Amino acid sequence: MFEALFGRLTWDSIILVQEFEDPNLNTFITAGAAAMIPLGGALVVALLFWMKWWKPLFEWLTSVDHKKIGTMYIIFAVIMLFRGVVEGILMRVNQAVALNGGFLSSDHFNQLFTTHGTNMIFFVAMPFLIGLINIVVPLQIGARDVAFPKLNQISLGLTAVGGFLIMISLLVGEFSTGGWTGYPSFTGRLINPGVGPDYYILSIGISGIGSTLTGVNFAVTIYKMRTAGMSFMRMPLFTWTALCTSILLIFAMPPLTACCLMLGLDRYLDFHFFTNDMGGNLMNFINLFWMFGHPEVYILILPAFGVMSEIAATFSGKRLYGYVGLVAATMCIAVLSFMVWLHHFFTMGQSTTVNAAFGIATLLIAIPTGVKIYDWLATLWGGRVRFTTPMLYLCGFFVLFAIGGLSGVILANPTLDYQLHNSLFLVAHFHNVIIPGTLFGVLAGIYYWFPKIYGFRLLDGYSRITAFFWAFGFILTFLPLYQVGMMGMTRRTVAYEDPALVPWMVVSGIGSLFLGLAFTFVLLTLWRSVVNRKKLMVPLGDPWDGRTLEWWTPAPTPEWNFAVLPKVDGRDAFTEAKAKGTAYRPIEKYEDIEMPANTYYGLIIAALGSGLGFGLVWYMWWLAVICFLGCIVTVITYAFLPERKKTIPAAEVREIDEAWRRAARESRGVTRDDECNEANQGLARPDIITNP
Amino acid sequence: MIDPPFTLAVAESFLQPMGPVAAEQLRHLKFVTLLTMIAVVPVLVATPLILWRYRRSKPTGKYRPNWESNRVLESLMWGVPILVVTLMGVSLWNMTFRLDPYKELGKDPLQIHVIGLDWKWIFIYPDEGVALVDELVVPEGRAVELTLTTDTVMQSLRISAIVGQIYAMPAMTTKLNFLAARQGEATGMNTQFTGNGFWKQKFQVFSVSREEYEARMKKVQANDLALTADTYALLAVQGTAEEAKKSLNIEDRKGPIEMVLGDSKIFQRVLARYMVEDMTPESQPGSPSYDPTKSPLPAAQEKPMMDMKM
Repeated sequence: MFEALFGRLTWDSIILVQEFEDPNLNTFITAGAAAMIPLGGALVVALLFWMKWWKPLFEWLTSVDHKKIGTMYIIFAVIMLFRGVVEGILMRVNQAVALNGGFLSSDHFNQLFTTHGTNMIFFVAMPFLIGLINIVVPLQIGARDVAFPKLNQISLGLTAVGGFLIMISLLVGEFSTGGWTGYPSFTGRLINPGVGPDYYILSIGISGIGSTLTGVNFAVTIYKMRTAGMSFMRMPLFTWTALCTSILLIFAMPPLTACCLMLGLDRYLDFHFFTNDMGGNLMNFINLFWMFGHPEVYILILPAFGVMSEIAATFSGKRLYGYVGLVAATMCIAVLSFMVWLHHFFTMGQSTTVNAAFGIATLLIAIPTGVKIYDWLATLWGGRVRFTTPMLYLCGFFVLFAIGGLSGVILANPTLDYQLHNSLFLVAHFHNVIIPGTLFGVLAGIYYWFPKIYGFRLLDGYSRITAFFWAFGFILTFLPLYQVGMMGMTRRTVAYEDPALVPWMVVSGIGSLFLGLAFTFVLLTLWRSVVNRKKLMVPLGDPWDGRTLEWWTPAPTPEWNFAVLPKVDGRDAFTEAKAKGTAYRPIEKYEDIEMPANTYYGLIIAALGSGLGFGLVWYMWWLAVICFLGCIVTVITYAFLPERKKTIPAAEVREIDEAWRRAARESRGVTRDDECNEANQGLARPDIITNP
Repeated sequence: MIDPPFTLAVAESFLQPMGPVAAEQLRHLKFVTLLTMIAVVPVLVATPLILWRYRRSKPTGKYRPNWESNRVLESLMWGVPILVVTLMGVSLWNMTFRLDPYKELGKDPLQIHVIGLDWKWIFIYPDEGVALVDELVVPEGRAVELTLTTDTVMQSLRISAIVGQIYAMPAMTTKLNFLAARQGEATGMNTQFTGNGFWKQKFQVFSVSREEYEARMKKVQANDLALTADTYALLAVQGTAEEAKKSLNIEDRKGPIEMVLGDSKIFQRVLARYMVEDMTPESQPGSPSYDPTKSPLPAAQEKPMMDMKM
């Protein structure tokens, strides 16, 4: 009876119980982490009762507003980033003292690097970027929402399922130890019969479906929802990178879903896709995984490139240099990213010709990437550069990403990869592109667009300190890893025997503490800014003298984005309107606006998906079957019921929009001198330009 | 071609090369780094210069808000990376062929068969009729060809100071050719994560004179311990070589496990098991329920094994 209900879930599976049975430092750390889940949950529920926030919470969770969905993606990513950073620090500090064995047990360390990787890629970097894309793209193309708002909510729900599974694995059972790449046969049924690999497959498999749907949603949004006059070659660069990312998502996620499904069939139903025996072959998994995995790298970096493009132009007060070149380079990267997957396993024994061809294809990507960096530098040339927080991230990006590019070119050489593959040199390389690339891009983008969505700026001083700590922490933590990688140290080692490595690992461990400090400052910045929000308000909506459509609305942007959809006749439409003095002209005629009403589909899918995943992991078949059927019924209902709309009357739109336009016409605005202080109400006065 | 050793210490990586392959890899690393600098240095230099020249507080360059294209600059931006990549592409192509791990580095290379286990390596010398665990002895200056497989999950063998790595996979063989140009000791290891004991899966490589090599082989051939299907099954239990000594009842012996080759087809039989058998948790080495008494090896197959070389 117990088994029928709970499958292979037993009392001992709960991590907190293990701490009582076998108390030591490792179980203490895992129990502490596990305890945070019920404690954190209880705290959140208490807070919701205390502040009477249940209603607004459901208002948010059922919302289909792209800005709210984007925000929820980013909140989700910040929570997961907390876990990822803590895991990273644990590993680096452990290795600092791990000569002949550190304080972490091998099994604990193995779970840490697996969850750190899985979590950071799928549940931090991707939700961050998808969140930014959600918030910004409809505004940049002059649309009121995405093409399929309900589908957007379902994508978020599916991502949350992945997050739920990886989080609950802290409390119940264990996570995989096979690394974020999860190669069989290590993750196969014979070698690893436990729940770990099942958590892994289901969390990235289910959330991967959500990402595919996001790709479809944004590709259609960008193709079909652009406002009048917004031709492809007038789209802002961030929208271009979002389009390329969407295309990559559509083509790259299915191989991941397929290889997860196949590995699942191997594990659950005794198939032989990737087993050692009966004709299975692990090489097929590795190929499929990297057919997803390499485009994934560009899914992570392209939107960050888009943010960098916007920032370079805005904060140097100048048109983007080489727009056409940047678009071409972005497209080149998107296409080439599908042709290089084999460089993740040059050492598998395939023929030299194959290796050389994929090596050269990999080198080719360096060309458009180099062009992009030169284009941004040229954008600053002839401008008036303001050293705001996003600009600090951009400067750090220029220097550090160039180093990451160099190590990438080194690894592209098969002969060098034979030495450096699986070493800490590789770990240093991908952190070197993901932190200064993706993370800096995301943080710069959040600082940049934050006032647009929430109506107030983030505190400048705190943000600058945050940027400094990220860069400093990154340099200390990861540059030493290049050296130890060349000295022969491999990744995923809980301990080592060569004393020559110690000084480097100690520096790296100390650096990781600075990264922890940087994350603390992210939270501190948010908290202090919320407290001081009255002083940081920018209600007129254009705090940075922006150039593209998203700045042509009040801040916070109303649910319908644009009272009247703007018409565009150039690349930097808003800059031109401001130059002509027509930006805030009164509008004659307002119309009723129809917006999609709130729905529960995302929540329902998230709940059912979580039940399905949890049921499958623990062999609670009744739960899995009910939830799976529930998902099918929900999707069919969703497809057949007519969409509910709500109408916002023209009078209400008029009232808000006219007030904003009037205030903008009456305000004097500020020059860029006062950009980062309280005088900035979100109206840009033409800047005073001094020429030498 | 090889620098004399600076110290007599163990060579841990290709930064202290002991053979032509690692030496060329180190040279290629320097070449690639320098060549890439052509594209990287301009960014490192131009970033601070441009930021300084066009800082809003006190600019020294003219403001050109609508400047967005320049033909000369554009061709440089595309041209320089294309040039660098072309040069590097040529050298990448040549080096990849020159350092092909499947290419023999001399006539009649010494054949060694390698089986990767959790967490140890068995090196089988079929011509000498011996097997060593976690120790590889090769004569200085003689070409060596490793033929690798594994009897558990995928592994990757690298002797950084001498040669790069190649994966070892179940039911398949891969090859790694190398040559140790001078006498000395190097560390070899598995670089592919394989579980709890992964970090201990290291072995010593000794490059010795021909006479020393022959003396060593003679010594091993006189050993009373034989590598047969039974002793192999014990070696396949998860654990380091030191731990395996217990189950082989040779705890008192110092140094690596040395065996005579009791079954000359053992390597082929390990390969064959995945082609003819339906593995169970008891018979699969590396599985938590692996039982050496329930893991028989089948007879070697006549048909040639799948070789990764396409």
